[in-house]
Amino acid sequence: MEHIITTELVSLFYSEFQALKDISIDFLPNTVTALIGPSGCGKSTYLRLFNRMNDLIDNVKITGKVTIEGEDIYKKDTNIVELRRKVGMVFQKPNPFPKSIFENVAYGLRVNGVNDMSVLKEKVEFSLKQSALWDEVKDKLKKSAFELSGGQQQRLCIARALAIEPSIILMDEPASALDPISTAKIEELIYELKNNYTIVIVTHNLQQAGRVSDYTAFFYIGELIEKGETKELFINPKNIKTQNYITGRFG
Amino acid sequence: MIKFFKSTFEKIIEGTLFLSSTITTLAIVLIIVFLFREGIGTFNQSPIEEGFSLVVNKNNPINELSAQQIKNIFDQNITNWKTVGGNKDSIILFNLDNISNFYSDSAIGENFEFLPQCISDYTEKHSGVVAFVSTRYTGKGFTGKILTTPKVTITQFISQKEWFPTAQPAAQLGVLALILGTLWVSFGAIVIALPLGLATSIYMAEVANPKVRNFLKPLVELLAGIPSVVYGFFGLVIIVPGIQKLFDLPVGETALAGSIVLGIMALPTIITISEDALRTTPKAMKEASLALGANKWQTTARVVIPYSSSGITAAAILGIGRAIGETMAVLMVTGNAAVIPHSFLEPVRTIPATIAAELGEAPQGGLHYKALFALGCILFIITMAINLIVGYVSSKKKYNTR
Repeated sequence: MEHIITTELVSLFYSEFQALKDISIDFLPNTVTALIGPSGCGKSTYLRLFNRMNDLIDNVKITGKVTIEGEDIYKKDTNIVELRRKVGMVFQKPNPFPKSIFENVAYGLRVNGVNDMSVLKEKVEFSLKQSALWDEVKDKLKKSAFELSGGQQQRLCIARALAIEPSIILMDEPASALDPISTAKIEELIYELKNNYTIVIVTHNLQQAGRVSDYTAFFYIGELIEKGETKELFINPKNIKTQNYITGRFG
Repeated sequence: MIKFFKSTFEKIIEGTLFLSSTITTLAIVLIIVFLFREGIGTFNQSPIEEGFSLVVNKNNPINELSAQQIKNIFDQNITNWKTVGGNKDSIILFNLDNISNFYSDSAIGENFEFLPQCISDYTEKHSGVVAFVSTRYTGKGFTGKILTTPKVTITQFISQKEWFPTAQPAAQLGVLALILGTLWVSFGAIVIALPLGLATSIYMAEVANPKVRNFLKPLVELLAGIPSVVYGFFGLVIIVPGIQKLFDLPVGETALAGSIVLGIMALPTIITISEDALRTTPKAMKEASLALGANKWQTTARVVIPYSSSGITAAAILGIGRAIGETMAVLMVTGNAAVIPHSFLEPVRTIPATIAAELGEAPQGGLHYKALFALGCILFIITMAINLIVGYVSSKKKYNTR
């Protein structure tokens, strides 16, 4: 199978500080890959490479090569808007816009020039159904998104990311601010979404990584320590650091 | 023992704090009470100066004339009694200074001791006469009729257009022109200041790099510290002649000049408050927008500004509040003509400028003096309403961000 994302010896520097050290991982389409590791290990930074969110920070220098669907996304003439349409993102805390539920989901379409109401309606409904939120909100699409519960808001954010039909979804600890029931719903959703999307998820929750992911990569202080199939990595870690981490010796 | 001192010390501190807040509250209440007591005094007075009255022929059916009618009669805009509801008879204005034209010195008396009889006689002989005379001459033996004048009412005060508090015989106390002048100049100021201030705050919050921002921010705050008389002087020397030349006007002191000066003065308020509001937009919300393929401008227009709209509204309203209450600079550049403005290129007069300009020459305790306090009350009510609106807007349930 063709790799959808590849990274080759990627390093990232914040001014003098090296946050990522020669990371090389390839991702298969329609899989869930979990990035795990202690705080500050660079897993979020690595995730943000794929939709170039690190560009927002001053004095960032990146070396190495990142390709998505065969294209080097750090080429000079890369269209970042196009890239971000292809690579959706869900953040740690639910961060809906100060708009109605409908407009939240339609946002990505609108900023990309879609204003035809019938198209918008169709896509919004489709996305909300995919994120398993439709039944809960179909009667209050005009209400403010802030009236939803935290878990609903996070699923709304997923719907918002799905509406522009990306092929890859990045999730940065999507359930860390949620209660267990909402977390279970999100995990179920991730399992569903795998059929249509490639998902890369950063998580602090090792059980979660074990439950939802096919592959797992363990990061430690900017370095990739170990990667492999999730089952294999959890049951039979090759590196002592990985073993210490997943058995809870540090974290 | 130490415990006793400690608790006494605490009590003293507590007492001092209580005392200071009491004094502050008392001062505010005193100012408001004083303002309104003096201001409301306006509405118990006749617009005719105390010690004088208007007299007419005793057969004249008119019993009462309003301040406006009196003015029109004495300005000879009304020349027939019929216009004010009387008989068809032309009005004869009688001026006491001209009495020697009608009566010989001996008839008046060496020390004017027969003056009352002369006035009495004159009003009796001419059916259409109206005279403005001291009440000294209309006592016992006066055969004419003394007109009454209705007291100044609040509706009259607010709805009449003419502000001429020193007019003889009847003061004209219509503040409509002043209220409209104030609102007009403030409206112009906000039209100028809001786009400029908003653009600057967006630039500072979203575009400028930290270096530029750290330079710009103190500069804007410096703008707030310049005394208003300096702004007025700047307006008088630079803006007023500029407007005069640009629009080819006879005078440059116009509402536009006031609006520009006030607009500049309102800028720091608008910029600082709306910039603070813009900067409270959570970074995560902006990132979410960018991650959906929105560019920087789309993010600013569709996420950052809607998110901080209540702060921006508060900034705009506070800016208006600053403009409405401003005195010195406006006094210097607007030309101070108490007429209802029709364009920005006409002189106008604002409420604060009127108070500042006229309080010094108004006799203390007189009608004019009290009317200025009533103006102060109106200004107070307007600015208080603005503060209440700001309170409401900024307390309006802010979107939960979590």
